[in-house]
Amino acid sequence: MKGRVLAVDGDVAVIRGERGDARVAAQAGWRPGDLVDGRVRVRAFGAADYPAPGSEVMRLPRARLDALHARARALTEVRALFAERGFVEVETPLLVRAPGLEIHLDAVPAGDGWLITSPEYQMKRLLAGGFERIYQVCKCVRGNERGAHHASEFTMIEWYRAYAELDAIIDDTEALVARVCTGVARLGGGRTIDVTPPWPRLSVRDAMARWAGVAVAGDEPAAALVAAVRAAGIAIADGAAWDDAFFAAFVARVEPAIAALDRPLILEDWPAPLAALARRRDDDPRVALRFEAYIGGLELANAFGELTDPVEQRARFGDDVRIRGERGRDQYPVDEKLLAALDEGLPPSAGIALGFDRLVMLATGMTDIRGVLSFAADER
Amino acid sequence: MYDTSDIRKGLKVLMDGNPWTVIEFQFVKPGKGAAFTRTRFKNLLNGNTKEMNIRSGEKLEPANVDQREMTFLYKEAGDLVLMDQTSYEQVSVSAEMVGQAADLMKDNLPCTVLFFNERAVDIQLPTFVQLEVTASEPGVRGDTSGNVQKPATVETGAMIMVPLFIRVGDMLKIDTRSHEYVERVAK
Repeated sequence: MKGRVLAVDGDVAVIRGERGDARVAAQAGWRPGDLVDGRVRVRAFGAADYPAPGSEVMRLPRARLDALHARARALTEVRALFAERGFVEVETPLLVRAPGLEIHLDAVPAGDGWLITSPEYQMKRLLAGGFERIYQVCKCVRGNERGAHHASEFTMIEWYRAYAELDAIIDDTEALVARVCTGVARLGGGRTIDVTPPWPRLSVRDAMARWAGVAVAGDEPAAALVAAVRAAGIAIADGAAWDDAFFAAFVARVEPAIAALDRPLILEDWPAPLAALARRRDDDPRVALRFEAYIGGLELANAFGELTDPVEQRARFGDDVRIRGERGRDQYPVDEKLLAALDEGLPPSAGIALGFDRLVMLATGMTDIRGVLSFAADER
Repeated sequence: MYDTSDIRKGLKVLMDGNPWTVIEFQFVKPGKGAAFTRTRFKNLLNGNTKEMNIRSGEKLEPANVDQREMTFLYKEAGDLVLMDQTSYEQVSVSAEMVGQAADLMKDNLPCTVLFFNERAVDIQLPTFVQLEVTASEPGVRGDTSGNVQKPATVETGAMIMVPLFIRVGDMLKIDTRSHEYVERVAK
């Protein structure tokens, strides 16, 4: 009979034809959506099978179906790895009273508060509450982010280790990526990157000096950094803030250089003004215990040696609130419950947030994040 | 005013008194850094392009660009001449604004003409055109590996790479954005 394959389960396929559904012997290579006649596949399901304009029927192109299958397998591998390493999976609220204060993130209002931009405050409270190794796979929502590498609603893998340093988190990250990508990350266009551990490491200072020709100390005034960036031939406005001067050089010179590397990169020791929730180094307080993991130019993860000092944390929240105000960004309350947890005592910890959608992109070679989502923003 | 979330291909904005259209854009946000949209614009008056990083929060001024449906008549020197089918008004636009796609334009092709300050400045072609093959060598039999293609000339004189089974007289669907063969269509 002639019809479309509805489902394939082992040797049996269900086909929907003009006279109804029928179970038939599945042939090798049949996939849901394929058009078949008798035992012969007439046409593979592909881009040409997109529904007609105005149709409510949803038919995913073959490449996207394959990517979504790979996504499900990746999630299984992620959970298996954390189980092997003694982590407990936790769940924290999506709807919170005090979202992240990070200056360049927009939280989306909902109900009596906001949707989380990251589960970090709640997960740290769980660490303070007595957990030692926790992980979570959850949705996060960040307003006004859309692009080939950004979806406003995306999936984060976030994990923490109490009584551990960043080296342990780097080891987790390398193992996770190597496992999900089976050793080789795919960047589209046939380009691949060997992700076998251990990965090369470089400090932000060395990266900025090598690729941008800009010396960054971390405690210089903004005007001095603006002058150094301009001296390196990079356009930047007079009176630009320290972070804007830094990122002008970083985006123009450092990111393209990282994108061209044939190995992943752990970019570590971020200048103190970009410490976010990271602890400063004891031996050089101008840099913070923070790293970012890059693969082929894709920024995959951000990690902190966690700040556990409640006094410094309160001061940083105060700075964030002030800077958000100065720059005309939405104002959010400070998470007093997190500060109270730090007052009671957070063990020395390290933690990381890793973009699961981007990890699936690397596992499948999809170059647009929409390709690894079952529903992109404009398909809801 | 537009902000960065309005940026999309074809958006018309006014900068330095000139009308520009967005031809490419990319959202960029380094971790812990400010977001911006790396945007490539084409000047609607002279075809020049430039790239700018537009930070989230910055505003763009809309350009007062009108659009009218017109049909293509003929090429004259370096210009494309089009006509409004109701008023019979004729306008000419530099062929450089259309780039390589100019050689896919056939008489009576319906196009959208952009006007800035009453002056015709740019043409938007349909995404696909259908053109007949006027010359192509027969494909070499036996070479069936992968994506083998051969050149074919279509009725407007444009040269397109096509699959080996295409013959003189076939009607082709061609993508005007990429100048590439899409499929063979029934006449």
